[in-house]
Formats: sequence, structure tokens, C-alpha cells
Amino acid sequence: MCNKLGGVHVPDGFLDPATSVATGALAAGTVALALRKAREELDDRTAPLAGLTAAFVFAGQMMNFPLPGLPVSGHLIGAVLTAVLVGPWTAVLCMTVVLLVQAALFADGGITALGTNVTLMALLAVVVGYGVFRGLAALLPRTRTGVLAATGIAAFLSVPVAALSFVGLFAIGGSVDLPLGTVAAAMTGVHLLIGLGEAAITVAVVGAVLAVRPDLVHGAARLRTATPLAGRPTGAATVLR
Amino acid sequence: MGAGPGGTLLARYVPGTSAVHRLEPHLKLVSVLAFALVVVATPVHAPWAPAAYAGYLLAVLTAAAVAGVSPARLARGLVVEVPFVAFAVLLPFVAAGPQVEVLGLSVSRTGLAAGGGLLAKATLSILAATILSATTEPRALLRGLERLRLPQVLVQILMFMIRYADVVGGELHRMRVARESRGFHGGGLRGLRVMAATAGSLFVRSYERGERVHLAMLSRGYTGRLPTGAVSAAAPGAWAVALSLPLAAAAVLLAGMLLG
Repeated sequence: MCNKLGGVHVPDGFLDPATSVATGALAAGTVALALRKAREELDDRTAPLAGLTAAFVFAGQMMNFPLPGLPVSGHLIGAVLTAVLVGPWTAVLCMTVVLLVQAALFADGGITALGTNVTLMALLAVVVGYGVFRGLAALLPRTRTGVLAATGIAAFLSVPVAALSFVGLFAIGGSVDLPLGTVAAAMTGVHLLIGLGEAAITVAVVGAVLAVRPDLVHGAARLRTATPLAGRPTGAATVLR
Repeated sequence: MGAGPGGTLLARYVPGTSAVHRLEPHLKLVSVLAFALVVVATPVHAPWAPAAYAGYLLAVLTAAAVAGVSPARLARGLVVEVPFVAFAVLLPFVAAGPQVEVLGLSVSRTGLAAGGGLLAKATLSILAATILSATTEPRALLRGLERLRLPQVLVQILMFMIRYADVVGGELHRMRVARESRGFHGGGLRGLRVMAATAGSLFVRSYERGERVHLAMLSRGYTGRLPTGAVSAAAPGAWAVALSLPLAAAAVLLAGMLLG
């Protein structure tokens, strides 16, 4: 995992306790709200569908894509991908569960920093990404290309937004005084590149699902039009007889 | 993917019968969380901080020895830390503040303490979490989380994810074998399109499997709750065993504060 870049999981002790507690409370509140909203969307299908989607995100994060000009490969984070595919509330739950499993079973991301990681990758990346997606989807034409363009821009932005939020949290609750401008510039530079990879793969995956099962893409619900059924020709009955 | 015979998630578990293996899962969760809290609460810039880190390390290594977790297993757990090692090593060079000479290099004093502190805290917490995942089956972990009053629905989502992660991962693996046996070589934009089609059909298959699983559950009388197995009440002795790790760490912290 050492030469893969993607969502950076904050370890224990990186931020001061006050910041960790604050992000933890924010994460807990959001997850509680998402649990209620997702049940409205999926009722008692919530557990199996969100669980299987989380398993998909978990497997998808193992797929690498090459970063042009860098010796490392990037991997999908999947916040916008999940939000466009299954809806934002279910996406918050899926990303939270993936982060929880990574922290508890793989020690990837600190236990006391779980709230911070959920806030960055399950909350901000999904909320900002999906917000951008909905805003653009309303402006762009209601076509497959419009939906894919909105998806790509949202996926691209979600990565530097999460990275910059992390720099912001570090400015509030970091344990060292760093030249924040430099850190922010470096983080943004690297994550713009990762964002390009994230956008490319997100658009390609949403496009592939749209081609096969457009009904499964939550964000493309407005593309669907009721198929006009041909009425039974009035003369048919007499012809048969 | 490195999946062992038990799959990606179960590969983290090392079967055993040690005192740590036998502890109730929720006690282990509380213990690891409390240990991480004590480690995080240590002031980085205190002169006695390095001694405290050494004390914590001794405590967590003792716990690993009791649990029968091999040093190789602990080292493999630390791999996740690699990106942050790079960050921590850079800290002394970029942080502001008074400079000190180390090995002929001029570095920031606060940066040195902070970088070392970050590294030590992250390493100690990862070691404790590695012991947890090496001695607790994923299913037991779920029971522990449920016992700690994680919302029912979240526990169920977690359960489905853990049960099906290997199924979905296996599907991805079969697709890769099929792709490569047709002569596919990754890389470039064309490769990205093929990978995306793979991921797209992986999503469709996962989602459809979810729908089938839901129907199968309904036909077996699913009412929104799942039996996860009973967690017996923990004996006071078990609490004492589980809390010995964070209590030892707290004693180190207290000694540092009083003596330092």
C-alpha cells in the first residue's frame, strides 16, 4: 500500500483533542441523520444494499490507476462515485463503514481520529461533491453528457476539498506551527493530480453503469422518461376475430 | 490482493487461545480506545515525552507478547503508516521556530519534537490496533460494537460489508483473470476505459446481489433486526485484564507529569 496515493487517513495524535472531539461530534451527528434519511430512501433494504455498496467501494479502492509523471499510482476514493450511484445519504453510510473497517481491522486511520476521517472523506467529500454535482446537473443540459460532465467536475473538486479541509483542521488543531501557505500549496498541487485520476475513473464508471443499468444511477434519475407505450390498435380485436 | 485462505478481511486474524483472544470483544475495543486516548493526551513538547513513549511501547509490546502476536505481524501492521513517516521526517525542516543542530543539519526544535511525537503516537496506536485485529475475528468485533451501542442499522451495514467484501473482491479477481487471459495489459487511456467497465459491472453485480440478499432475507422472516449472537456480561476479572494496558499507559503518563 506504500506506493499508492488516495484518501489520506489521519492517524492518532495528529490533531489536538479538542479538534478530534469536535469533528467526532460532527461525524456522529451526520451519521445519525444519514441513518434516518437513508431509511427513507431504502427502508428495510438499507442494510443489505448499503452493505454491498460499501463492499464494492472497499474492493474498488484496491484498483490502482497510474498517475502521469509520478512514480506512485493513485487509487479511487469513491465519495462522489458512491453519491452519484446510490444517493448522498447512503453514500455517507457506505464511506463511514469503509473507514470504520479500515480503522478497526487494518489500523489504517487512528481510532481517536475516526471522527476526523469520517468528517473529511465521508461527510465533506460527499456533501461538497454531491452539492457541486446537483448544481451543475441543474445548469447543464439533461443529457448523458451533461450528467457525466457534472460527475467529473464534482469528483475532481471533492479530492482537493478534502485535502484543503484537512489543512484547515491542521491550522486549527495541529500540534506544530507550520508555514501553512506552503503546506496548503503542496497538498493542493498533489491532490489536484489525484483529483484528475479520481474524476477520470468516476466518469468512466458512471458512464459504464449508465450504459448498462441507467435505472441504478441515482444522480441520473432526471434522465429517465417514462417509456411511451404504444396503445393497442383499435382495429386489432376485429382483425383477430 | 493478498487474500489468504480466509479472504482479505479474515487474513488479519491470527487464531489463538491467549488471554487476549479470550477477552470479550467490547472490552478489547474499550481498552484500545483508552490506550490511544492516553497516548494522544501526552504533551509533545514536554522534556519527558520520549521516556513516556518508551514506557507506552513497553506496555504495548508486553500486551503483544501475552496475545502471542509475532513481531513480523506487528511490523506488517505498521505498513499503513508509511505516508506519515515521510511527513514526520519533513516536519523538522519546514517548521518555524528556534533552530538546533542535529548531525550537522540545522532543524527546528519544535518541528523535531512534533515530528517525533507524531511518529511515536501514530506508531503506538497502530501497534495497539494491530493487536486488536490480530486477536479478534471480524464477527466478534461486530458483536463488540453492537454491545457498545453502535446503532443497529450501522452494525448491520458493517456485517453485510464484512460478509460480502470477499465475495465482491473475488468477483473482481475473476474479472481480472478473465481480462488478462484475453491478453489485456493495463496502462494508458484505453486501459482506464477497460478498468472502468470492470468497476461498473462490479457495481451492478454488487447492487443486484444486495437486492437478491434482501429478498432472501425477507423470505426467511427478516423484520429489520438480525441475531448477531449473545455477548455474555464481562466478569470483573476480564475488565481488569482488558484495562491493564490503558492503566499501565496512564500510570506512565501520570509519573511523567509528576516527576517531569
